[in-house]
Amino acid sequence: MAAAARRGRQRELGKAGWGWTALVAVVSIIYFFPVLWIILTAFKTRTDALAIPPKLFFTPTLDNFIGVFYRASISAGGAQETNFPLYFFNSIFIAGTSVLLALIVGTLAAYAFSRHPLRGNDTYLFIILTTRMMPPIVVIIPIFLMFRLSGLAGSYWGIILLYTAFNIPFSVWLVKSFFDELNPEIEDAARMDGATERQVFFGMCLPQILAGLAATFVFGLILTWNEFLFALLLTGVDTRTVPVAMARTLGGEVGVDYGLLAAIVTLFLIPIFFVTFLLQNQLLRGVTFGTVKR
Amino acid sequence: MTIELLQLTKQFGKLTAVDRIDLKIGEGEVLCLLGPSGCGKTTTLRMIAGLEFASDGEIRLGDVRVNELAARERNVAMTFQFYALYPSLTVAENLAYPLHAEALSAGEIARRVDQIARILQLGPVLKRRPGQLAEGEKQRVAVGRSIIRDAVCFLFDEPLSRLDVQLRETMRGEIKAVLEGLNKPTVIVTHDQLEALTMADRIAVMRDGRIEQVASPHEIFARPANLFVAGFIGTPQMNLLPVKLVDRTTDGVRFALGEATVILPVNGATSALRPSAALTIGVRPRAFDLAAQPAPDTIAARVDIIEPMGAETLLHLLAGEHELRVVVDRRTRPAIGSTVHLRCKPNQLHLFGTDEQRLDLRTVPAGVPA
Repeated sequence: MAAAARRGRQRELGKAGWGWTALVAVVSIIYFFPVLWIILTAFKTRTDALAIPPKLFFTPTLDNFIGVFYRASISAGGAQETNFPLYFFNSIFIAGTSVLLALIVGTLAAYAFSRHPLRGNDTYLFIILTTRMMPPIVVIIPIFLMFRLSGLAGSYWGIILLYTAFNIPFSVWLVKSFFDELNPEIEDAARMDGATERQVFFGMCLPQILAGLAATFVFGLILTWNEFLFALLLTGVDTRTVPVAMARTLGGEVGVDYGLLAAIVTLFLIPIFFVTFLLQNQLLRGVTFGTVKR
Repeated sequence: MTIELLQLTKQFGKLTAVDRIDLKIGEGEVLCLLGPSGCGKTTTLRMIAGLEFASDGEIRLGDVRVNELAARERNVAMTFQFYALYPSLTVAENLAYPLHAEALSAGEIARRVDQIARILQLGPVLKRRPGQLAEGEKQRVAVGRSIIRDAVCFLFDEPLSRLDVQLRETMRGEIKAVLEGLNKPTVIVTHDQLEALTMADRIAVMRDGRIEQVASPHEIFARPANLFVAGFIGTPQMNLLPVKLVDRTTDGVRFALGEATVILPVNGATSALRPSAALTIGVRPRAFDLAAQPAPDTIAARVDIIEPMGAETLLHLLAGEHELRVVVDRRTRPAIGSTVHLRCKPNQLHLFGTDEQRLDLRTVPAGVPA
């Protein structure tokens, strides 16, 4: 009888579960549809891409992807390489380095804010946050002038420095919340057991918040990866990132090449998809950190 | 090795958490710091550990002043209330952690871990991580980690507070046995008087950052130094009755308790007291006999609530406006609303002056005139 009751409950749960799954599926499809559309477009010929009504079934082609890396040129005698490999490298290098730097600086600052609060600790934290409160476009002119004067404009270090500064507040706040969740007794215990402050930090605290650090890294990476405005104004020909390069393919003498654009976007999605996929377990633990009480 | 606290003080901003306390814990002695939460007992412990720095006063381990030393330089071992096991290390690694600072050989570390695991029966769980342990096992790992190295003294912060009642009794015995084997000065912080009474050689009762009394468990129970200690130690709580001294009789001293009077067999320090002095009488719930008839030395009280506690029964009584708790044998079954007559057992009276301090009193042996 107990088994029958359990089966009944399972069936009920099963029904509710199916309902939720269906709902989640519908919402996911609605959100994912534009992405899917772009990926499909990347495999279409120019005619198929512009067809009305839109074609769901078509003969796929890789021409657009080839077009990202090679373009037809009469002077070069056929095909000429584009700069997109460089732009992809730039995007990865600039976003990766600046988010990593911000994470290192932010983690150190977060530990200090969490464990050794100053007089007016909350005020300092608030001030750090205020740097993210105004829309970036408000500060773009002074920053542009500063970069021009200091010679940072167009260099890797210039844009990396800027993105690092942009990511630090976010890193400090997020990582501090992870430190705050830890049981400080563990650190005290390590001190009693002869650990130096460095061993307490690296050996006891950091291993406990690795998932949180991974989550912070991915969130920062997504923000930085997609940044357009500062990249447009502060990168040069050699340091241009993919979003900027993408925009520059618009409005050439042949009009907008939607297939090419879709191919770039599709390629642009791959690295971030890969990183998120690799870190998904940590990410899940990171975003649920602290929502479950000890 | 001894622990000595001299005028030790800790201030957090304007708040004085520990206020000029003096305490000496002798060689091999187990001292319990007992008090309600917020009384400064944990702060005192953390100052001895080196996790808080003293605002004033001195901490001496043996002959050495250690105020300025960091926790890791003091060679003091401590177990924490929430065990503070290192979550990313296995049980064996947790136990071995304090030994790394001592630069021992791998063989020696393994030998010590085995030894501790044997004493605390941790052999089967050595490979597990703290998250996979039961509460009692976590507690044993925490104790094991603190006793694995040769520390100069041992500190326990609420060692049993997280265990359920049954486990608490077993662990109390185990910890006591371990502590006896160590023969080092040990300080245990607890708010549980049973824990203090059973494990301590001496108890220091704290309130509001001050030590109210330091004495053996027996002494604390038998001769509480003031009203606070009298009310804090012992369950059910001691009855504390405000009385006025009326006069002296051949059988003792007559006190006024509300409207009624009662003759109690005390003299001693009371001989110096003037009539009408306001005092407090303390009588433990088990220190009453029920008398068959009202007499000059009995207190009349009405039965209000009856709480059977198994072997005994706790009666809540009303003597005038004063509530009384009396523990009687379970076979004694007065009716609710009936009146009983209480006679204090000789030698079990406590008398406190207007300053809340104990008046040292002698009870008068029955039949001998004062």
